[in-house]
Amino acid sequence: MSYIEPHAHMVSRTTDDYERLAIAGCEALCEPAFWAGFDRSSADGFYDYFRQLTEYEPKRAARYGIKHFCWLCINPKEADDPGFAREVMALIPEFIGRDNVLGIGEIGLNKNTRSELKIFEEHVQIALDYDLPVLIHTPHLEDKLKGTKLILDSLATFSKLDRSKVIIDHVEEHTVAHVLDAGYWAGMTLYPESKCTPNRAIDILEVYSSENIWMNSACDWGVSDPMAVPKCALEMKRRKHTPEMIRKVTYDNPAKFLSQSPRFKL
Amino acid sequence: MLSKKELLDMQFIDARARLIDLAAFLDRLERHEGADDIRLRYFREALPILQENRPDRAKAVLEKFSDHTTELSETAPFQGASGAPIS
Repeated sequence: MSYIEPHAHMVSRTTDDYERLAIAGCEALCEPAFWAGFDRSSADGFYDYFRQLTEYEPKRAARYGIKHFCWLCINPKEADDPGFAREVMALIPEFIGRDNVLGIGEIGLNKNTRSELKIFEEHVQIALDYDLPVLIHTPHLEDKLKGTKLILDSLATFSKLDRSKVIIDHVEEHTVAHVLDAGYWAGMTLYPESKCTPNRAIDILEVYSSENIWMNSACDWGVSDPMAVPKCALEMKRRKHTPEMIRKVTYDNPAKFLSQSPRFKL
Repeated sequence: MLSKKELLDMQFIDARARLIDLAAFLDRLERHEGADDIRLRYFREALPILQENRPDRAKAVLEKFSDHTTELSETAPFQGASGAPIS
């Protein structure tokens, strides 16, 4: 099957993973800017990271016939120091016009702090200024429900925001309806220990909606599985979902959302 | 959609194993020295939800483990998450 991996942190993965993704049918993948597993000590660290996302990773992916796209921002885990965050955000205009940059992301909240929210809102304004899509990270575990509600309240204050150009990621059973009912896209992350298992993601598709929703592996340096999307597709097949439905959530839906960026071309 | 029997044939053994693993986790905790903490309190409060006659048990368990306060924090106490609201 052909599929799109809409959220993967390939800077943390080996070249072997690109090969496995290609063998599984991955046609394109998208890499949001995120935390490196440790706090970077200067904005220069992000300058190099943005170069990696826009120069090096597309070449590494291309060796396996995979198109690589990315999103830019300072992630919420490193956004609790507004001065530092703004230094990093000042780098974005230099990179925003590069060929594989889709939009602003993954912005959002981590521990639901005042500074995180302020920096989140400044990122949303950048996306509006450049008329680009937004990819939003919601907090982990006990912080997710509160953070999702705070994010939705904040987004509602942007009167010019086109909600169909915003995807709110890492939804679970207690947040998915909040996101979809408000008119945003929703992303489900397939993790072995936290977020959604494949079976729970399929339950969400069955109970809530298969419209305006995608699934991703969000594979990174932690406990995660780059093959999570094709594995979930296999589980959908075992649960007698049609090939059309599997194609819809693993290819058509991400292609539809991502095509709102003029740079997303398959 | 699968029938109930087809779903049981496919997933019962896995669900059974997970349930036994939960029971063993609680047994294991009991055997070890030290006090319970608030995470275990939330865990025990979530268990009865499994027995409730409702279609959204997963959602209810997730809500049980969620922070329901509404005010913003001034600073992040730490970067990660513990799985249950601890403050």
